[in-house]
Amino acid sequence: MAQQSEIRYLTPPSVDNKKKKYCRFKKNGIKYIDYKDPEFLKKFLNEQGKILPRRITGTSLKFQRRIAQAVKRARHLALLPYVTDLMK
Amino acid sequence: MNNYETVFILTPVLSDVQMKEAVEKFKGILTAEGATIVNEENWGLKKLAYPIQKKSTGFYAFLEFEAKPETIEKLEVNFRRDERVLRFLTFRQDKYAHLYAQKRRGVKSSTKEEVKEN
Repeated sequence: MAQQSEIRYLTPPSVDNKKKKYCRFKKNGIKYIDYKDPEFLKKFLNEQGKILPRRITGTSLKFQRRIAQAVKRARHLALLPYVTDLMK
Repeated sequence: MNNYETVFILTPVLSDVQMKEAVEKFKGILTAEGATIVNEENWGLKKLAYPIQKKSTGFYAFLEFEAKPETIEKLEVNFRRDERVLRFLTFRQDKYAHLYAQKRRGVKSSTKEEVKEN
């Protein structure tokens, strides 16, 4: 323990100003994610059209599953592409 | 009886009359099976996110209905047999989806009324 405290950084690590992520569905009380709204679903995709991981969006597991379901339905109906480049 | 919703994409080569006739055909299949159609929407000609059967656009039609589970099998067989249908998706609405659909319908019908009043 004593050794750890002796570690010095060139720039002090910014621990305090980290913003806590939260699940926007839990916060706003959204229960159902609509696959018919591709513009909304695009918030959870990267520019290649892949679904972003939870660790980036902060979505809870329950709603991550529902996003995945909605995105896959939208892809099937050609509302969203399966593969693409520069979507945004 | 369960609540279902289905979306299907028709080929863009059809005329407006032919498209309406195709939608009526599937509605007819549902009602013949004893299903009640709750909502019907026509999203019109939309651009597809990727080509399907070498077509880049398609007519989207959306139906909400209440039916027995056996009905779905028959409906989907008819979707597969029909050459005019490029894609279809049918699923049972869970309680959240059902609530959302009701809300969506409510908003839509109220806006329609407003348009009529104006």
